[in-house]
Amino acid sequence: MAQINEYIPIVGQSVVDDLRLLADKLKGRSIQHINSTAVGGGVAEILNRMVPLLKELGVNTRWDLIKGGEQFFEVTKKFHNALHGRPEEVTQNDFDIFMETSRKNIEETVISGDIVFVHDPQPIALVNKKAGNKWLWRCHIDVSDPNQKVWGFLRGFIDKYDSAVFSAPGFSPHLPIRQFLISPSIDPLSDKNKELPPETIDAVLRKYSISRDKPILTQISRFDRLKDPLGVVEAFQQVRRHIDCQLILAGGTASDDPEGMKVLEEVKAKAEKDKDIHILLLPQDDIEVNALQRASTVIIQKSLKEGFGLTVAEALWKAKPVVASNVGGIPLQIKHKYSGLLCHSIDGAAFAVKQLFNSPEYARRLGENGREHVRNNFLLTRHLREYMLLFLSLYHGEDIVYL
Amino acid sequence: MPGLNKAKEPFRFHTRLHLTELTGLRATTLGQLADLIKKVPGSSIYHHTHRFLQQHQYLSPEPPNDFAHWVTDILGEDELGEMLASIDTIQYSTIRALRDKIVSTIESYLKDSAFARLKFARRGEEFHFMKSVSFVLPTAYSVSDLNEFAGALKKVTLDSIYFHIFEARLRLERGGNDFSNWIADSLGDQELADEISNLDPYTQTLEKLRESLIRIIEKKAGA
Repeated sequence: MAQINEYIPIVGQSVVDDLRLLADKLKGRSIQHINSTAVGGGVAEILNRMVPLLKELGVNTRWDLIKGGEQFFEVTKKFHNALHGRPEEVTQNDFDIFMETSRKNIEETVISGDIVFVHDPQPIALVNKKAGNKWLWRCHIDVSDPNQKVWGFLRGFIDKYDSAVFSAPGFSPHLPIRQFLISPSIDPLSDKNKELPPETIDAVLRKYSISRDKPILTQISRFDRLKDPLGVVEAFQQVRRHIDCQLILAGGTASDDPEGMKVLEEVKAKAEKDKDIHILLLPQDDIEVNALQRASTVIIQKSLKEGFGLTVAEALWKAKPVVASNVGGIPLQIKHKYSGLLCHSIDGAAFAVKQLFNSPEYARRLGENGREHVRNNFLLTRHLREYMLLFLSLYHGEDIVYL
Repeated sequence: MPGLNKAKEPFRFHTRLHLTELTGLRATTLGQLADLIKKVPGSSIYHHTHRFLQQHQYLSPEPPNDFAHWVTDILGEDELGEMLASIDTIQYSTIRALRDKIVSTIESYLKDSAFARLKFARRGEEFHFMKSVSFVLPTAYSVSDLNEFAGALKKVTLDSIYFHIFEARLRLERGGNDFSNWIADSLGDQELADEISNLDPYTQTLEKLRESLIRIIEKKAGA
């Protein structure tokens, strides 16, 4: 795993110097991250990189997981969908199941941090254990139009935290606690984002029987309705009426997402065994994801809702032209016609993909601008800095803080 | 040589890192925008008029303040957008005065343009008010003459230059930027202090500003 000094050639010495300055100000404080899964999905991915680097910087950090059975995660998936504004029948029984598991977790989880950093709704009720320490709630979900029943239920916990963190300005509701805007990030040195030799990319393409004789459109995402894989297939079918091309839909499933396999089957049915549609249920193999992104001509992210959409930042970092929905945190990453193309519909997505396939010079320029935008705003070093500032903000209420 | 004249007090470079705090306040019309601009904390006005400087340190097509961007791109009021974008921030020495100018620009435009009152942002495209929380830290760089000053300017972060030029003048209301104040008070060189004060930092990137500062100071140090 990369050491902090390895980031200097990418972001500059001064950025890493600032991180050391801030880490020094946190001496004597301990941070405890808590979430629900160690692998799969953006939250676990960020924590897997963030925690070792915080430790290396000298910040006393640990990461704990809550436990939950199948029923619990079915309920939290319902919550997740409902918070994203999808119609969901959430019953009192669902809330009871959530509370029963939460009570067990409250009993069993040892809270040791001066600052407890809780990620997403699954462990949210742990705040009932709050004593004299500071508690942060990190919401990675698009809650711009949440189901009010679920949001109301969660508010009972959220209001007990000291501060909350959201990924986009539009997610910010009226709350009695302080709220901060912190975008997630990608790690330029991780297996998913580092440079790859051409032979590695070719080997992955060979493994999945994908040839390079026609342009490749790719969406990397979990098989989740909110990522609209069926819409991607439809957009691809529209594009192919004019341009001979192929589609890769690739992703894994997370241990806290029981719906994934069902969606995968629906996508397969829609693709009707088309030999140019490659549907890949990937193992947890970041090099493969990296290779597929790098082999692509255009990357698409046609989400209906998106907490942030880290796959967009990943693609932009590889200087790929991207077509993505104008939802959640995506417009923070893509300035339309400058660092990618934004769309609002299947037709719009198909039109934008055709444009990029047919104008490679324009596509190249968008990709390069996107890479610089990610370098300045969405790399792990910026995220580390903001998290350390966030921890310090818990001890300072003013707008100008002298450290 | 002027470059070796020792200052009465050394200059300690500081740096400024920031967090963005969300207020939960949003506007969908120009009227709401003006009303909320009157009410939000000064840190919010500061954020929306200075965010672009730090987020787009490289050449960017973004207009220089969030109000102008929203009015132009979301409401389609290009004329008002241009008026807001061209407010000469360097002329204002307090956030209060800058806030008053933004509000009066919007309100006088609304008086003359009845249709502009009717425009509203679509769901998801509202103006979200945020504010900047600044964390100010001392750096390892301390200088006592112009040669050392030019040398340190080559090494400090853009955040440090940003703090001493923008934040010290407008947000901390120190009556000018920190560099000019030190050069006038501790080195007694009012001419050089004025030359730096007369730079317009709002129309160049921070890296370009760093180059301009170094050029002016090295020229004077070697004179």
